[in-house]
Amino acid sequence: MTTAIKTDTALFDLALRMGDNALILAQRVGAWCGHAPALEEDIALANVALDLIGQAKMWLSLAGEIEGKGRSADDLAFLRDARQYRNALLVEQPNGDFAHTLMRQFLFDAWHHPMLVALKSSADKRVADIAGKAEKEARYHLERSEDLIIRLGDGTEESRQRMQTALGALYPFAGELSAADAVDADLAARKIAPDLGDIGKGCAAYLKGVFADATLNAPESAAVRKGGKQGLHSEHLGYILADMQFLQRAYPGATW
Amino acid sequence: MVRAEKRNSTLLPSPACGRGAGGEGASTKGIPRADAPSPSPLPQAGEGRASADQIWSWLADVPDPEIPVVSVVDLGIVRAVEWEGDDLVVTLTPTYSGCPATAVIAFDVAEALRRRGINSVRTKSRLSPAWTTDWIGETAREKLKAYGIAPPAGGARCVGDLKNPIVECPRCGSTATEQVSRFGSTPCKASWRCRDCLEPFDYFKSF
Repeated sequence: MTTAIKTDTALFDLALRMGDNALILAQRVGAWCGHAPALEEDIALANVALDLIGQAKMWLSLAGEIEGKGRSADDLAFLRDARQYRNALLVEQPNGDFAHTLMRQFLFDAWHHPMLVALKSSADKRVADIAGKAEKEARYHLERSEDLIIRLGDGTEESRQRMQTALGALYPFAGELSAADAVDADLAARKIAPDLGDIGKGCAAYLKGVFADATLNAPESAAVRKGGKQGLHSEHLGYILADMQFLQRAYPGATW
Repeated sequence: MVRAEKRNSTLLPSPACGRGAGGEGASTKGIPRADAPSPSPLPQAGEGRASADQIWSWLADVPDPEIPVVSVVDLGIVRAVEWEGDDLVVTLTPTYSGCPATAVIAFDVAEALRRRGINSVRTKSRLSPAWTTDWIGETAREKLKAYGIAPPAGGARCVGDLKNPIVECPRCGSTATEQVSRFGSTPCKASWRCRDCLEPFDYFKSF
């Protein structure tokens, strides 16, 4: 498509970050299929995972196009090692109990939706088009997550305690999503992506309100755990990739 | 499966585009079914090739693979039909990003047109404007209802509103209905039930 044109590495990173967040979370959530505590929740989790896989495909296709080396979405998903993945640490955290899975989803959705709304105004039309499509799905995900966080937080003594434990464990990972680095600053300056600080502020205010309704306390002074956006992951990602990439690694180019 | 969009040529207008696409324009009266033997396949190039109206009416006969009572035109999935030289290019839009029917729809569309004698068909995907259930016309809504699926209610803007829309039971018409689950048997549907006739039903989410 483009020859001898220098790859826009910041834009490439943005597409990978958005795509990898969706892909890794989908892989995590998809593992619940057939195991959720209620049939309706099983279907909901599978549907959320499906939306995220669809979104990952769009972002990674765009990443391949920006890179200009002929890599497809599948190539990027199945043939990169952990260090090349750009997802935030939050989405690779283990499923834990149902409370952990829901809390991880809620913390992600609470950032994902406003981020996609902002990306709809991206100076890059391809980014804006994908965001326009994904935003509607993310809004639906957020609606479900918020409802469940409040119902289970402000629920029985056991459900509240489990939600509080999950919040304590996962909250430190939420900040990375809104923590801007040089790539984000460059993209914001070019109006390709929003100022992540603004997204983070809105997100924090929203979370505060929901946690108050859910009678949960966020450990706001906890240090932010980050590194995934730059490729420095927790030990969990390697295991996820080992599962997800096994077939293409063992039988390169296999199709059906 | 769906090739990337490369360039635009003159778009043929859809007889059923804009709000309510698929309603009136999707009428299949008098059009032979795709599986019926075609009396004389139309030539594909030059002055005798099929017109846009003709192609739209053929596509109005291609059922959605998950909800076969409505067609891909009814649902607003077909966005444009255009000739690029001797190739017929059909532009489709995905409903939900991860809907597994998307690939099947592209295949079915190409296959239906091949049966009409158009051998060089390409399908491509367009994301923007994002698909919305506002594109489902009145006729298609009636078809969904008759099939037992409550059609989208309240306009697409109510997606994500915590207040649920008022949904009529497709069996008894009661509005004393409630959501069982936000998700259902396909990405586009939610699970509901009727408090009057007590039957569960699928609701085609307003999106």
